[in-house]
Amino acid sequence: MKTLVWVEHDGTAVKDATLAAVTAASKLGEVHLLVAGQGVDGVAQAAAKIAGVGKVHVADDAAYAHQIAENVAPLVAQLMGDHDAFVAAATTTAKNLCPRVAALLDVMQISDILSVEGEDTFTRPIYAGNAIATVQTSDAKKVITVRGTAFEKAAAEGGSATIEAVSSTGDKGIATFVDAEIAQNARPELTSAKIIVSGGRALQNGENFHALIEPLADKLGAGVGASRAAVDAGFVPNDYQVGQTGKIVAPEVYIAVGISGAIQHLAGMKDSKTIIAINKDEDAPIFQVADIGLVGDLFKVVPELTEKL
Amino acid sequence: MKVLVPVKRVLDYNVKPRVKADGTGVDLANVKMSMNPFDEIAVEEAIRLKEGKNGGGVTEIVVVSIGEQKAQETIRTALAMGADRGILVTSDEKVEPLGVAKILAKIVEEEQPSLVILGKQAIDDDNNQTGQMLAGLLGWGQGTFASKVELAADSVTVTREVDGGLETDRFTLPAIVTTDLRLNEPRYASLPNIMKAKSKPLATKTAADYGVDVTPRIKTLKVVEPAKRSAGVKVADVDELVMKLQAMGIAK
Ligand SMILES: Cc1cc2nc3c(=O)[nH]c(=O)nc-3n(C[C@H](O)[C@H](O)[C@H](O)COP(=O)(O)OP(=O)(O)OC[C@H]3O[C@@H](n4cnc5c(N)ncnc54)[C@H](O)[C@@H]3O)c2cc1C
Ligand SMILES: Nc1ncnc2c1ncn2[C@@H]1O[C@H](COP(=O)(O)O)[C@@H](O)[C@H]1O
Repeated sequence: MKTLVWVEHDGTAVKDATLAAVTAASKLGEVHLLVAGQGVDGVAQAAAKIAGVGKVHVADDAAYAHQIAENVAPLVAQLMGDHDAFVAAATTTAKNLCPRVAALLDVMQISDILSVEGEDTFTRPIYAGNAIATVQTSDAKKVITVRGTAFEKAAAEGGSATIEAVSSTGDKGIATFVDAEIAQNARPELTSAKIIVSGGRALQNGENFHALIEPLADKLGAGVGASRAAVDAGFVPNDYQVGQTGKIVAPEVYIAVGISGAIQHLAGMKDSKTIIAINKDEDAPIFQVADIGLVGDLFKVVPELTEKL
Repeated sequence: MKVLVPVKRVLDYNVKPRVKADGTGVDLANVKMSMNPFDEIAVEEAIRLKEGKNGGGVTEIVVVSIGEQKAQETIRTALAMGADRGILVTSDEKVEPLGVAKILAKIVEEEQPSLVILGKQAIDDDNNQTGQMLAGLLGWGQGTFASKVELAADSVTVTREVDGGLETDRFTLPAIVTTDLRLNEPRYASLPNIMKAKSKPLATKTAADYGVDVTPRIKTLKVVEPAKRSAGVKVADVDELVMKLQAMGIAK
């Protein structure tokens, strides 16, 4: 089987999530990559170094500058004439793009796979991860998104793939990028952080969140996450949200501060290696998944912890 | 202009899903079912547009649900919130996102809406596919994961929740929008509106009426519970927590 893996990038570097998708794809067969964007020579060079990759297809055109799905999907559909599976890490870019590709190919997408059980059989979470389904597709061509935390990352170095330019399928003229507010964050990215400190509704406001959660995270070199309640209330931006409909994380250590542990939140973090919970309610559901629990008032406990670390 | 809003009936988000002992799926017998939360947000957004908020020009809201007969309750809920009429497409077999998108494409052909607003994700199968598939089938633009929608006469500008933050894109009408959590807070239907909804028009169709083949492409071989985490320990105070962190090597 020949697979085509979507390279997630920011115009300069290949995102780590791509490496997990490469591992998943390599279980299906030969791995080719697709780099789409504008001025992505550097990205293509970096992608060609990923271990185990045979070929990198590069589509460099203004129409692909912001990975506009309306323009990229026809490109992928065309390349799929020569590939059997399109595989992408389940980032928001890929979640936007892949179903459109599937529709163009008249196939069902298999979302967020956890494992490859055979060339047509996969496991995937349903119901916020409260059930794991084993599914088998009858489609000849496959479109698959991959849960990044479920696969080892392929080595970013060591490969020497050939690079091949593909011609543009053009601008469909129905979607235009206007602008973006992308957070410039000095802290580790949530999906690759080794330690994460997350705050919930109990923080009460943005000032408390910054004053209490961030110093603790800085002491630990941790990434910062949040519950939906904390994001909805405006304490922190949307990209902090961990959960069923936010980011899926699985760090070595996840510290939940003032988070109750709703199933939608657990769905995003319960595969963390060690979970630590700080909550004043000893019956909070978060304690059912926590390896280490501390019952107490976060306004007292968190400053003390930060100080003693 | 007309707005079409597809709504799905799913296990209520407050109910803890239970895997059936025979491994065929999640137990949906005698449990509370509700409108998919993202679809409530979609209905709310359509109503706000009709009310003239976030850009005007919307005159009619049509809701569609594909599923068993009981999905008509979900349509009634949307009608009680403020939608104008409903279309129920019944199917005995579960219809996958690709099949749903194909039926919706046929309804779009008939109804000619300027905008279709869907949820970003149904919280039962967590697929996050249907809106993008429908956009692909129709060749329309897709403003996915919307946290802000501004409608103009011939375009819609959508602020989208993406991994790094927010991205704003503009789409030529007709277009697809899928909702994210921060787009709005859905209203509750008032009692008088629930009564009024009972007399709003609701058409009933079948997938066959649209000539769409909805045979599933994906077979579920088995469904199991995820591995359980074993219970942990409670520490008495911060000092004990620090000791644990030191033992794990993450604190000095
Ligand atoms: C469609 C849908 C999708 C969703 N997706 C997500 C998602 O992706 N991610 C997500 O997180 N949620 C999601 N949710 C929301 C989820 O259901 C919960 O509402 C949310 O996770 C609750 O956030 P919280 O734990 O911060 O707040 P709460 O549930 O209000 O919990 C606050 C906790 O803080 C504790 N507390 C209060 N004061 C103190 C104090 N002084 N010291 C210590 N502890 C204190 C309380 O005991 C309580 O346990 C979703 C919901 C829906 C319907
Ligand atoms: N059976 C259905 N009937 C009506 N709308 C649906 C149905 N399935 C999916 N949708 C719509 O598509 C969105 C995304 O669903 P999904 O792609 O299944 O995650 C939902 O939020 C609904 O708006």
